[in-house]
Amino acid sequence: MIITSVQHQKFEDKDTNVVKATIDGVELQVPKDSANRHYAAILEWVAEGNTIAEAD
Amino acid sequence: MSNARKLADNLPREGSLSGRNVLINGAMNIAQRATSASGVGTNAGAYHTLDRWKVYTNNTAGRLTMSQSSDAPSGFVNSLKFDCTTATSSAAADTALILITRFEGQDLQRFGKGTSAAKEFTISFYVKGDANATYGCELVDHDNSRQITKQFSVTTTWTRVVITFPADTTGAFDDDNNLSVSLNFWLHAGSNHNGGTLNSTSWAANVTANRVSSSQTSFFDSTNREFYLTGVQLEVGNKATPFEHEPVGVTLNKCLRYYFESKTSSSLPYDYATQYISTHRFYKHWYNVPMRATPTVTTTSEGGAPSHYNPNEYHWKGYVAAAASASSARLTSFVADAEF
Repeated sequence: MIITSVQHQKFEDKDTNVVKATIDGVELQVPKDSANRHYAAILEWVAEGNTIAEAD
Repeated sequence: MSNARKLADNLPREGSLSGRNVLINGAMNIAQRATSASGVGTNAGAYHTLDRWKVYTNNTAGRLTMSQSSDAPSGFVNSLKFDCTTATSSAAADTALILITRFEGQDLQRFGKGTSAAKEFTISFYVKGDANATYGCELVDHDNSRQITKQFSVTTTWTRVVITFPADTTGAFDDDNNLSVSLNFWLHAGSNHNGGTLNSTSWAANVTANRVSSSQTSFFDSTNREFYLTGVQLEVGNKATPFEHEPVGVTLNKCLRYYFESKTSSSLPYDYATQYISTHRFYKHWYNVPMRATPTVTTTSEGGAPSHYNPNEYHWKGYVAAAASASSARLTSFVADAEF
């Protein structure tokens, strides 16, 4: 998977437990569940030194 | 042969009389995403057509069309078909084409792997090609980084292949919902994967160069290449029993644990947002069956895009921060993906 951006999401100032990620050129709403393969890839991406952007 | 003898020959030596097949959609009956996909070969790993069957490709100019075919052996009506559409003679060291299906650790505990009572893994399947060929069938233990591969032959007629992998007293599978084993059909490989000595006798630490035989066929060597597969069964013990057919609804429910697609459109929406409080509407969806893990949900909508909020493996909801108006807010499509 090629991850180009990841951003936390808030709804009315509360974390939604979902991140918005662009993976392989597609924007996905990825739940913060390490058993989810997209989120597992995001955790690896973070371990490589990348950062999840704060929510707008 | 007497009926008693036939019955005895078809009884399993290990495990249960029903629910023997650990593998899902082995008869290739469920294809939620599509029944055909062309140009396969560009993605690193993706599910294109038949549920639970993933294609991994790496660094190849070869391309294929993957489809659900009605060409099948007696007793089956569907098969998985690969049709090579772009051949390549170049074989980069890291090139690969693998057909994969994957298993949760909690579904594999019956094999007793990593214990003194470990049992064999028997895989049976029906296969056919455009010409004689030899490919590799591999089991990979992701929990303990171990693997084993055995080769099998393909001819121009439907043939049932039975492969028994030995028991492994090293490395237990985690008893959870995460990936523990991949069943891989190697159809093309470069020297990174076939440069060593094929590990085919017993489970061993996963050495990349020992996963594939250098003598096996490359599916991408000709645009004439075809590969058909159906009736795939993985069961405990050293005996292959007849394929365990099941109602299509049973197979579909098993597949829904990993993937769901609403098959709706703008003219036939999937769901409408309902009023929650005076300033908010929300969409809600309970999965048809609990999913393996919290899925990645992809929606398209009109009249109000949802903010996904605290989903889990049972339930998804999305809020729209706007009051109801004269026009509805609606989901025109909904896809939930909890595959490995």
